[in-house]
Amino acid sequence: MSHSAGETKVRLTREHARELMRQMILIRRFEEKCAELYTQEKIRGFLHLYSGEEANAVGVMQALTADDAVVTTYREHGHALARGLPINAVMAEMYGKVTGCSRGHGGSMHLFGAAQRFYGGNAIVGGGLPLAVGLALADKLLGRPHVTCCFFGDGAAAEGEFHESMNLAALWRLPIVFVCENNLYGMGTALDRAESVTDIRRHAESYGMHAETVDGMNVVDVEVAARRAAEAVRAGEGPRFMENHTYRFRAHSMFDPELYRSKAEVEEWKKHGPIVRFTEWTLDNNTLHRDDIAAIEAEVTQLIDEAVAFAEQSPWEPVTDLLRDVYAPREAGGAVAP
Amino acid sequence: MSAMRRISYREAVREALREALLRDERVFLMGEDVGRYGGSYACSMGLLAEFGEQRIRDTPLCESGFVGASIGAAMNGMRPIVEVMTVNFSMLALDQIVNTAAAVRHMSGGQFSVPVVIRMATGAGRQLAAQHSHSLECWYAHVPGIRAVAPATVADARGMLWTALLDQNPVVVFEHATLYNDEGDLPAEGDLAVDIEHAVVRRPGRDVTLITYGGSLKKALAAADALAAEGVESEVIDLRVLRPLDTPTLLESVRRTHRAVIIDEGWRSGSLSGEIAAQLAEQAFYDLDAPIARVCSAEVPIPYARHLEIAATPQAEGIVAAVRSVLRR
Repeated sequence: MSHSAGETKVRLTREHARELMRQMILIRRFEEKCAELYTQEKIRGFLHLYSGEEANAVGVMQALTADDAVVTTYREHGHALARGLPINAVMAEMYGKVTGCSRGHGGSMHLFGAAQRFYGGNAIVGGGLPLAVGLALADKLLGRPHVTCCFFGDGAAAEGEFHESMNLAALWRLPIVFVCENNLYGMGTALDRAESVTDIRRHAESYGMHAETVDGMNVVDVEVAARRAAEAVRAGEGPRFMENHTYRFRAHSMFDPELYRSKAEVEEWKKHGPIVRFTEWTLDNNTLHRDDIAAIEAEVTQLIDEAVAFAEQSPWEPVTDLLRDVYAPREAGGAVAP
Repeated sequence: MSAMRRISYREAVREALREALLRDERVFLMGEDVGRYGGSYACSMGLLAEFGEQRIRDTPLCESGFVGASIGAAMNGMRPIVEVMTVNFSMLALDQIVNTAAAVRHMSGGQFSVPVVIRMATGAGRQLAAQHSHSLECWYAHVPGIRAVAPATVADARGMLWTALLDQNPVVVFEHATLYNDEGDLPAEGDLAVDIEHAVVRRPGRDVTLITYGGSLKKALAAADALAAEGVESEVIDLRVLRPLDTPTLLESVRRTHRAVIIDEGWRSGSLSGEIAAQLAEQAFYDLDAPIARVCSAEVPIPYARHLEIAATPQAEGIVAAVRSVLRR
């Protein structure tokens, strides 16, 4: 059975289940490799891993077409891979190589892909939301049927830009799916220590926006909710809001000693991780078999090994190009005598 | 030569906006009270009736939100012009301008450009006190990836906008609040677009170079007139573009006059005048016959009372005194 973005109903064929599983495992193994490369000092700077949250990026992207736009945060490796940015270019960006998806100018926090309409990892919490408003405004003004999908975390809900963007999107009925990946902690500050109202969904509702709470550890639930949201948005019903309850298995960044939560809490969440749950479910109902998962693991290992090799072998941007791309060249006919 | 007509700076801004809206369907104007109110400085009066609410878009009070939205729209095929009421309010949008608009092209490896034009009023002189009167252009001129321009004349108010819209980079336009009622002569017809890369000599002279921009230009010209009566011929340069600075034009003049006075309504410490003085010292030190002088705002939030506001900001008398000092008169 065919299965394309834009349809609301999820028909979980074997092929589709395998693809969801493949993408989640790819992201998990990619992140583990990044952590390893960080300890080897191949990757430097800040590194924020997505392990535990894979169901969100993978589930939501199923609802988007190639023409839709994606805006995301500094914890965006998973979004980039699920959106189809080439894994080699993403890994090369981690290394800071010129073959990286941002020529090594952005690194882990600033992955971009014009061809995938991937408008970047934004490392200012809340900073991507106004951008998403503008992308969607342009699509609406130009009469394009596209959706802008904007990912952010629970920490963003305390930012002014979050509230400004909720208001603008609802006021102007813009085609945006807002996806709040609520992993319970803004860096090390628990949600109930940061928000007077911890149901973030209710903030969106207060702007007159349809919002729902989603189990962000269940890829099928996420996909179903995202398809429902994207279809409504595409039908001109204005923006939709998803609050996905999820959990980050690893530290906030590689510098985080995790003093703010217990190991027991992390272990409890890991028991119900998105890959664990989807594996149990697909095996139980015979959608996938152990051989399938082993084959995915082998395939993913090879892809990641190739990506690392590609990044290792790639050249650095010449320092003579340091100032390249700070300013765009003038459009033809732009220069006029004073 | 075509006939000339006399119009105000405000009318020139409005004409430029209207021309842009007529010439390019991707252009739209967005900001607080740009529509029904007609713009806080009345620059967009009448445009809502002509172009409608989609293209003359009133926004809520959310500078970061609507400036950020203009950046997103620019990255997605539109040519937004966004009006922020004053440079003081633009602080609320600084994140979007500095962290996104200025950075995205380089940070994305050249994949995305941000062809947005952000207009704002700036400067003192209307007794609006410390939250509506500052000159913070220097903060924007500090940031790579931004082009910052300051139209000081009616012709530049009329002609810079179209050129800015052709630019693929974010262009921040500073309109000094005391200029809107000024009048100037413009050709009745023809292409009025002007360059946004070069400084220009507004008055030629041999004895000293006065370097200024925006609302201080007319003060510098008034000082030059007063000095001419004493036999001192000042060359007055209007920077026009605050980033990237047109240093060659400054150097060419200073190498002829051997003296420079910089007039900048920003506070002296950490100002654009400091950057210009440094460049002249680095590149024309041996051409100078006197230390570089600066006339800047006093180190104080701009006060409300008229006499204090005047005392806090550059005035023609102070410029004349600075010129005399570099000429040792």
